[in-house]
Amino acid sequence: MSFSYAQDLFPLTAAVLAALVCGILGNFLVLRRLSLMGDAISHSVLPGLVVAFLIAGSRSTGAMLVGATLAGIATVALVELVKRLGRVEPGAAMGVVFSILFATGVLLIERASVRQVDLDADCVLHGQLETLAWYDAPATLAGVLDMQTLAAVPVQITTLAATLMLVVICTVVLFKELRLAAFDGALSTSLGFHAGALHVVLMVLVAIATVASFEAVGSILVIAMLICPAATARLLTDRLGTQIAVSVGVAIASAVGGYVGATLVPGVFGLDSVNAAGSMTVVAGGLLLAAAVLSPSHGVLAAGLRRRQVAKRVLVDDMLAALYRQRERGEQGVPIARLQSILAPRPVNPAIASTAREGLVERAGDDIALTATGEQAAAAVIRSHRLWETYLVEEAGLASDHVHTTAAQLEHVGINPPIDAARDPHGKPVPRAAAEDSTRPGR
Amino acid sequence: MIDAPLASLGQVVDQWPTVAEVIAVLTLRSGFNTTVVTIGTTLFGLAAGVIGVFALLRKRAMVTDALSHATLPGIGLAFVIAVALGETGKSLPILLLGAAVTAAVGAACLQAILRYTRLHEDAASGIVLSVGFGAGIVVLSYVQANMPAGAAGLKGFIYGQTAAMGARDAVFMGVTAVISILIVVAMLKELSLVSFNDAFARVGGIRVGLVDFGVMVLVVVVTVAGLQAVGLLLVVAMLIIPPVAARFWTERLWLMVVLAGVIGGMSGYLGASVSALLPRKPAGAVIVLLAGAIFALSLLFAPARGVIAAAVRRVRLRIQIAADHALESAFESRDAESDLAVVLQRVAAQRGWPRWLTPIIRSALRRRGFAHGSGAAILITGAGLERGAEVCRNHALWTQYLVGYADVATNHVDWSVDQVEHVLSGQLIAELEGELIAKGIAVPRVPA
Repeated sequence: MSFSYAQDLFPLTAAVLAALVCGILGNFLVLRRLSLMGDAISHSVLPGLVVAFLIAGSRSTGAMLVGATLAGIATVALVELVKRLGRVEPGAAMGVVFSILFATGVLLIERASVRQVDLDADCVLHGQLETLAWYDAPATLAGVLDMQTLAAVPVQITTLAATLMLVVICTVVLFKELRLAAFDGALSTSLGFHAGALHVVLMVLVAIATVASFEAVGSILVIAMLICPAATARLLTDRLGTQIAVSVGVAIASAVGGYVGATLVPGVFGLDSVNAAGSMTVVAGGLLLAAAVLSPSHGVLAAGLRRRQVAKRVLVDDMLAALYRQRERGEQGVPIARLQSILAPRPVNPAIASTAREGLVERAGDDIALTATGEQAAAAVIRSHRLWETYLVEEAGLASDHVHTTAAQLEHVGINPPIDAARDPHGKPVPRAAAEDSTRPGR
Repeated sequence: MIDAPLASLGQVVDQWPTVAEVIAVLTLRSGFNTTVVTIGTTLFGLAAGVIGVFALLRKRAMVTDALSHATLPGIGLAFVIAVALGETGKSLPILLLGAAVTAAVGAACLQAILRYTRLHEDAASGIVLSVGFGAGIVVLSYVQANMPAGAAGLKGFIYGQTAAMGARDAVFMGVTAVISILIVVAMLKELSLVSFNDAFARVGGIRVGLVDFGVMVLVVVVTVAGLQAVGLLLVVAMLIIPPVAARFWTERLWLMVVLAGVIGGMSGYLGASVSALLPRKPAGAVIVLLAGAIFALSLLFAPARGVIAAAVRRVRLRIQIAADHALESAFESRDAESDLAVVLQRVAAQRGWPRWLTPIIRSALRRRGFAHGSGAAILITGAGLERGAEVCRNHALWTQYLVGYADVATNHVDWSVDQVEHVLSGQLIAELEGELIAKGIAVPRVPA
């Protein structure tokens, strides 16, 4: 199976548009820790839809949109009401409101004769991308680029395109305010941009986006796109502008990748295609996982590497310091086994190998001894340790037998305290400062 | 305009059951199957309410929603695997096992997201929820397209299918619920400590992570048990709504646990009964709406934290404060003004009272015996002037305390003193006097 304009053009366009609408707004939800608002709204539009259907008597898109939007805004209002009046925790307030509204919707659907006319809770959940097929589509690109295409565009796509424009305009116009409110609501309010009002604007936009999207793609994709692209982008950057740009890319990639995965891949194996909206959420989840693992700034791998580097540096510092202390006691070389027992449970051999390579220590049989450069580096560590002990006793008022552990951590930071002394609180000499601390390894 | 379609709604109204049928169902005497299902649903509601309390107090209400959504792929995959192994795929234990496995995977993913990334709990829940459910839909659509025979049964888990529940399913649900409740009762001390002060619990040697994990396991178990009855979209309601409703009635944990259990159990019992009596009433939705009704009643009418009770308390306090201001003003005026009308007019102007407040304060003062008389000649009584003196002295005491003890600038104290002078208790006043005397600060005397 391959791409065909008839089957794939409009569903794919709808999915990409919906992903963009939700993906952009999601940035502010994730930052304000309101991610689940999309979940709540997309569940509770159900009763709005049914009531709109009952009143209008038909599945006209306009009536449905109005009903669902009103239900979405009502959800936001009810959640706020329950939160404020009942002093209920926000997550719980959301859960209470949306599950009651959703149950109402399920009951209304079952109760009315609505069933006979294809208004089904399933469509709300899964979406109906497949129904957007364009049966008399031209076979060539030139044919598609004709003006007549516009007439064939389904109303779901025009609605989504209009919503996307609204969202983009609001984001651009209110970018400064939204950014301020997302990071510091109190500051925003005190500067005159009312964080509460912005919250309402954002929530209404989310309600509109949810409603515009779900008919085409289903609420599960709406929920996923409100959270996953923004969360993925948040793992890759610390700047809001970049984050939004990245989330846009992730949203498009999820929609296209999910669509291809759902329609084209199973065809290769001779199977029927699977649900496209569900497949898009799975792709979005996969992209998030990749970002969580591989992100250079916030990824698990990068963090692990950084931790290993720090651990290695600390181990080298500690080993040099241990050799220095032994030398103070008059021992020139220290047997490896002894060194290992001092630094246990960390394995000492890798540190010996790397410091020997750097010319900081030398091996004589089973003994390890500091070289001249090594002694300088070790003296810098010991100096830092003993100065910090002095500082903690004299300036921070700690007891002299309580400072070793803290000083043993601070000695690795690479900054000495603003104090000088010839002897530490325990009477041991503080090594004099070398010409510069850059002789210390690993910096 | 609205009436017409709603009337058409009315036309499909179901056959109402007779009183005898209602009594038969409510007293569990309408057939073995209905009875067992009702008991099972009741026990499920009970267990969900009890366990939901701890999910709520640990601020993880929406985490339960994520976990229940994450059961869907498990149900689908279990079906696919069972069919591949030559089973029918309709075996409930296998499907529920699959549900429990993916819910547990979801819980593990959630923990991993919180532990290893900078994302917060809301985003983590949303990710697990949407990706889990999306994966479930993919599996379900695969089943539907490639093994259509089984697909219909699986969809029942999304909305619940009480009607299709057999006695064995109900027994399974009931037993699971009872075991979960017993675990909670056995762990009540640890759970309550962790719920209210996890740092203290940690110092006390309780492994908070383990307790949290245990709560999540119980949530998964109850969720899976309730899939048949209310469906995975609404299980979360039974875990959240009863505890939130119970919270309005009490400040004590054990009572909250009991109340949440009772509310959940009642909703389950009545919901299953209604669903048995009326056709085309999905039990899940009915159960949730009953719980929702109890929530709404609690929100409004509960005496401990209900909205109405809180509003009454606020109005009472406001009236007391306004009355105090009037008496204080009467006492402070040079000749101890006792004509209430004059005093009220002055205070209303000073404090910017809305017009309707004055008559309320007048009658409040008379009711408390601080004013008497009628018509144009209402006078403040001796008791009223005494109360005015008391308020005046509290004001002076607190001012001295803030200036002399808390180092607040003299010109900054009046406003905060004005707030606090009405609520100082006798004991606190005695303590204030003691502390001020000990510090050598002059204690204001009751002005003669």
